[in-house]
Amino acid sequence: MADGADKAGFLETFFGREFPELINMRGVRITIDNGFEWVVANWGEWLEEAFLPVLHLLNAIEGALLWLPWYVIIAIIVALSWFATKQVFVTIGLGLMMFGLGFIGLWPQSMATIALMLTSTLLAIIIGIPIGIWMSRSDRVQGILLPVLDIMQTMPIFVYLIPFVMVFGPGKIPALLATIVFAVPPVIRLTNLGIRQVDKEVIEAYTAFGATKRQMLFGVQIPLALPTIMAGINQTTMMALSMVVIASMIGAGGLGYQVLQGIQRLEISRGLLAGLAIVFLAIIFDRIAQSYGKRMQQHLHLGH
Amino acid sequence: MTERETKISIENVYKIFGPDPQSVLQRVREGMSKQDVLEETGHTVGIKDVSLEIGAGEIYVIMGLSGSGKSTLIRHINRLIEPTSGRILVDGEDVLTLNQTQLRELRRHKISMVFQRFALLPHKTVLENSISGLTLRGESKADAHERAMGQIKLVGLEGFENQYPSQLSGGMQQRVGLARALATDAEVLLMDEAFSALDPLIRNDMQDQLLEIQKTLNRTIVFITHDLDEALRIGDKIAILRDGELRQVGTGEDILMNPADDYVSRFVKDVNRGRVVTVGSIAANIPSVGMGQATYNEAILKMRNDAADATYVVDENGKPIGAVTEAVAAKLNGRAEDQISNTDDLAPVNVTSEHTVIEDMLTMIVESDVPVAVTDESGKLIGGLGRSAVIQALVRANKLGSDG
Repeated sequence: MADGADKAGFLETFFGREFPELINMRGVRITIDNGFEWVVANWGEWLEEAFLPVLHLLNAIEGALLWLPWYVIIAIIVALSWFATKQVFVTIGLGLMMFGLGFIGLWPQSMATIALMLTSTLLAIIIGIPIGIWMSRSDRVQGILLPVLDIMQTMPIFVYLIPFVMVFGPGKIPALLATIVFAVPPVIRLTNLGIRQVDKEVIEAYTAFGATKRQMLFGVQIPLALPTIMAGINQTTMMALSMVVIASMIGAGGLGYQVLQGIQRLEISRGLLAGLAIVFLAIIFDRIAQSYGKRMQQHLHLGH
Repeated sequence: MTERETKISIENVYKIFGPDPQSVLQRVREGMSKQDVLEETGHTVGIKDVSLEIGAGEIYVIMGLSGSGKSTLIRHINRLIEPTSGRILVDGEDVLTLNQTQLRELRRHKISMVFQRFALLPHKTVLENSISGLTLRGESKADAHERAMGQIKLVGLEGFENQYPSQLSGGMQQRVGLARALATDAEVLLMDEAFSALDPLIRNDMQDQLLEIQKTLNRTIVFITHDLDEALRIGDKIAILRDGELRQVGTGEDILMNPADDYVSRFVKDVNRGRVVTVGSIAANIPSVGMGQATYNEAILKMRNDAADATYVVDENGKPIGAVTEAVAAKLNGRAEDQISNTDDLAPVNVTSEHTVIEDMLTMIVESDVPVAVTDESGKLIGGLGRSAVIQALVRANKLGSDG
């Protein structure tokens, strides 16, 4: 009974102490790697070309920030925070933090980081809001995309870096793209949520008045979802900022690179100061974005 | 009530909620109960074989408790909900045959709607909300502003046009809802529990205002409510719905005086009848004589024969001008055989029109010893009303008296 003996042998291995090797994982990995290398070899140049405009945008923003005199930039930030918060102390505080960036000698690096953050946030919004709208219109799309977003947010950030670096080589483009992938989920999620939470009776009312889908989207759904969408944008901004240190490992420059150098040279002062500058930036942008969000919310729900 | 041209006609509408309504329809048609349908098939019967004719210029109230299907029914008229079976005609046109574009045109121009929780845009001002129906259909803001200001004045929101909804009270917000609905000049106005979320006093104000506006605009209004007092107050006609089925259709007085079944009579039991029942419907026959055409004795005899409290004396147009009562008889001092010719000898009579509701003449009844004379529109006597008849009408649930 050779057949019976085979079966017994298989069961013995399967329930052995160690987890059995069911398929040849090494082979699978090689296939994945080869497949991706094929993409890089055949499509690498094309992809690099395709993403060139993104690089130009990033460079333009960084160039503008560096070209403007420092006091103009501080004035812009002070003005933004005044209009958003209308609080003297907060405005002065944010202005001082901005001044602090230059004071500790990290002005150009800070501008590079702001440029990376703004560019990736901008692109994340451009990509994220339409996806969020699409998701809000179909339970099926939502059912598929929610787990995908969960994976995107829980996957360790370093994993994203591998394919981007392989395609583009170290530099600003892969840093920017990895940042976008990491930062885009909140804006998608909250756009979807915001639109789904819009008062059903208001939707019904405007259906009853003969609104087209487009009129409904731009006249009712997006305006009423705006505070939630703004919260998503704020989160996206913060996540983009949190990526800068990691992005600097593949050539993004800016404050993250200072931290990286601090690690490499074991210079605690360099790491500490750059870290402080990142904290300042986080506070400045978070305050401004949150205050704009609240302002919008007040406008919408005052007294409700 | 004069017959009106039919504006909206709902014909044998069924609405069944569930995964496959058509499969259940036949069984519902055969009379399976709502409960059995739910247990056996998992489908909910929302509307069961409802047919209604709504006249142009009429305030038609559909009333029922929650779950009666009234909100479902009203949404069929502008097809926010599609029926499982049946036809809905607006001006003779079957709205179910309209395609998306035609349906949108219908909603933009012909039918507008007011909602229970107002459904305003919180980020727009009163004025912007009021014109939103107009801008949706592509009218320029300047034109729309001008027209909407008229509606804003009409609903009493002048001076508030630049406020945001959240700065206004509930009653004010619903006025915005009303202005928005009126602004499109739609001939049909659907009002879904429009005043139910408001305080009782504000609700009364709004009802008065709606009636006032209706006098000038003469729209066809379909009004949903669960409040019978409200239905009786504003409705030209009332349809009572229970579990998706139509129980009775009629004027408020019809429903109060002749409830179709136990459900309706239980429903109307606690209603303040004084506000609904008109004098004309409970006026009793009281004898009358013409001025100068009978003697006092004849009048007294008539009164005693009919066991009435008085005999009215009317002029040549049939208008009551006085009454002969026992008190008058006692003071005649031998003139009993004279012709009745001098009003000074007669007891004064209070006169009221047959359309007056009882509540509005209670004081008159209490102050008057002689039965109050009831007249028709031309002032001609049609009957009289004593205290006991009024009290009976207020307390008894069954039909009383004859119709004038």
